[in-house]
Amino acid sequence: MDEKPDLIVARGLQKYYPLSRGPFSTATGVIKAVDGVNLTIKEGETLGLVGESGCGKSTLGRLLLRLEDPTGGDIYFEGEAIGGLQGRHLRRLRKKAQIIFQDPYSSLNPRERVRDIVEEPLIIHRVFESRKEREKEVRRLVEAVELEKDHLDRYPHEFSGGQRQRIGIARALALRPQFIVADEPVSALDVSIQAQILNLLQGLQEKFHLTYLFISHDLSVVGYISQRVAVMYLGRIVELASREEIYQRPLHPYTQILLKSIPQPDPSRRGIAPPPSGELPSLFSPPLGCPFAARCPHVSKQCNRQSPVLTEVCPGHSVACFEV
Amino acid sequence: MNNGLLSVRGLKTYFFTRWGVVKAVDDVDVGLDKGETLGLVGESGCGKSVTALSILRLVPRPRGRIVGGEVLFQGRDLLCLDERQMRTIRGGEIGMIFQEPMTSLNPVFSIGSQVFEALCAHKELTRKESRDKAIDLLSSVGMPDAAQRLTDYPHHLSGGQRQRVVIAMALAGDPTLLIADEPTTALDVTIQAQILALLQRLREERGLAMLLITHDLGVIAQTADNCAVMYAGKIVEYTDVRTLFADPKHPYTVGLLSAVHDLRPIPGTVPNPLEEISGCNFHPRCPSVKRICRKEVPPLISLTAGHQARCWLYG
Repeated sequence: MDEKPDLIVARGLQKYYPLSRGPFSTATGVIKAVDGVNLTIKEGETLGLVGESGCGKSTLGRLLLRLEDPTGGDIYFEGEAIGGLQGRHLRRLRKKAQIIFQDPYSSLNPRERVRDIVEEPLIIHRVFESRKEREKEVRRLVEAVELEKDHLDRYPHEFSGGQRQRIGIARALALRPQFIVADEPVSALDVSIQAQILNLLQGLQEKFHLTYLFISHDLSVVGYISQRVAVMYLGRIVELASREEIYQRPLHPYTQILLKSIPQPDPSRRGIAPPPSGELPSLFSPPLGCPFAARCPHVSKQCNRQSPVLTEVCPGHSVACFEV
Repeated sequence: MNNGLLSVRGLKTYFFTRWGVVKAVDDVDVGLDKGETLGLVGESGCGKSVTALSILRLVPRPRGRIVGGEVLFQGRDLLCLDERQMRTIRGGEIGMIFQEPMTSLNPVFSIGSQVFEALCAHKELTRKESRDKAIDLLSSVGMPDAAQRLTDYPHHLSGGQRQRVVIAMALAGDPTLLIADEPTTALDVTIQAQILALLQRLREERGLAMLLITHDLGVIAQTADNCAVMYAGKIVEYTDVRTLFADPKHPYTVGLLSAVHDLRPIPGTVPNPLEEISGCNFHPRCPSVKRICRKEVPPLISLTAGHQARCWLYG
């Protein structure tokens, strides 16, 4: 797996949002949604990105696609710096990198038929000369996501959540991208349907040689589909390792707590772990040192003063913690 | 199954829409004893929330109507009470917690005034007493700095803290039964663990019975004593929680568990509620479908004491 080339590399990636507390306030500051992230995604792999709401995982995904402009750091796509791309060059990136959204209800235009939704990217990027070719491609895409041909002329409201997500996937595939950010693609779906969509995504990955960044708050879903997993907390990656390592040998206290907090679907293993106290610190006044210090059971003096850096502790396993 | 506290029998709640009749709850039997936690589990649209709303007679009218059955709470049929009597039950003997804490709190009133209101709806209290009681309640649900929180507004609080306020309000009338509809679904896992532990503690301290509605089998496994699995308006399996996970009988329960454990999908989708399915509701998705399943609705069949499944495999 290691010999696979890097598809995406992020170095010191930052996204700070300027903060103003209303039009009459002079208070200023920034919200550090993504704060110095280093990340490499290899060709053909699925990298899972987990974290709780507000930790910056969606912003990071959108930065890698350049749907947000970074305020610092660099992003490379196949070795090319894409952090400052504009206009025509940016449009060329759009063909290579696409996104699947969380909510299949709000991410599809209710006034367009499935045919139009899937065709639109092909029109915008002028992929085909003739209409006929375009229509053939749309049919092929709809087939690839296991929808029926007679679904083409229906509107989104006629579909269930799972089917809508398939439409969203077909649209993301239309430009034959290399890289897809799947932002909580199954969170809005019922468990029995989640697995259908996850299996579809896996099948498509093989068929079209896709690379995924799979964003989710659900560790069991991430563990099912990803080869490597990154755990994010308050804008930073706190742990990054292979799936097996993260689940069997989690090193960062946050990852350990996260794993213990999942209610186990097994009544014979009840309430082993006392729940962690405290909540996510405010993004308005983030802590000086380690972002997790306030909730950490192993906190030391150093943690409150200095911020730990993500360091490799054994091959392929990086942690940002002084106590490891 | 003795069901001294709450006994729902043959409950039918239908919605009469422009497009036809939706049988959201169709002949549902559930029951709870004092201090018991019953998990009601199922996927979206299966009718679990409508069951809860029906018990409290909060089904949105005029579209929705309870067309049959009885809801016996401590021997009284709630469906026969008048609206005034019903108001003393709601928030009094039966407390409620809903999924989205932001929508169950009024954004323009302070936390304090909302907790006062819940208290004063059921008891005659002076200002001072209600203030003290509110602080007590908020600290008992683990709210940090309860006294200072009284003047805060819902938007000042995090999701977990809001849910604590909602729980405090549900406890204001000293209920014997708490109906919790997806109480942790909107929360992050670490906060979910805190709220589940809180509910568990309150249950032990106050001897509360709880009807816990959720789609998350993990939450059920961690908190419930007994469990009813619902599919398309009907209870398809009912048993104690250990048996449910160790020896599920209904093919839907089996599918649901393997979706959770191994992420194996159940083929097909939940049926359109407007379309009447002949026979068993689950037969189009069932791997062990027989001829009779397409024709006749299976009854809830008793397998062992306290274990029932609505499936022709056992009939």
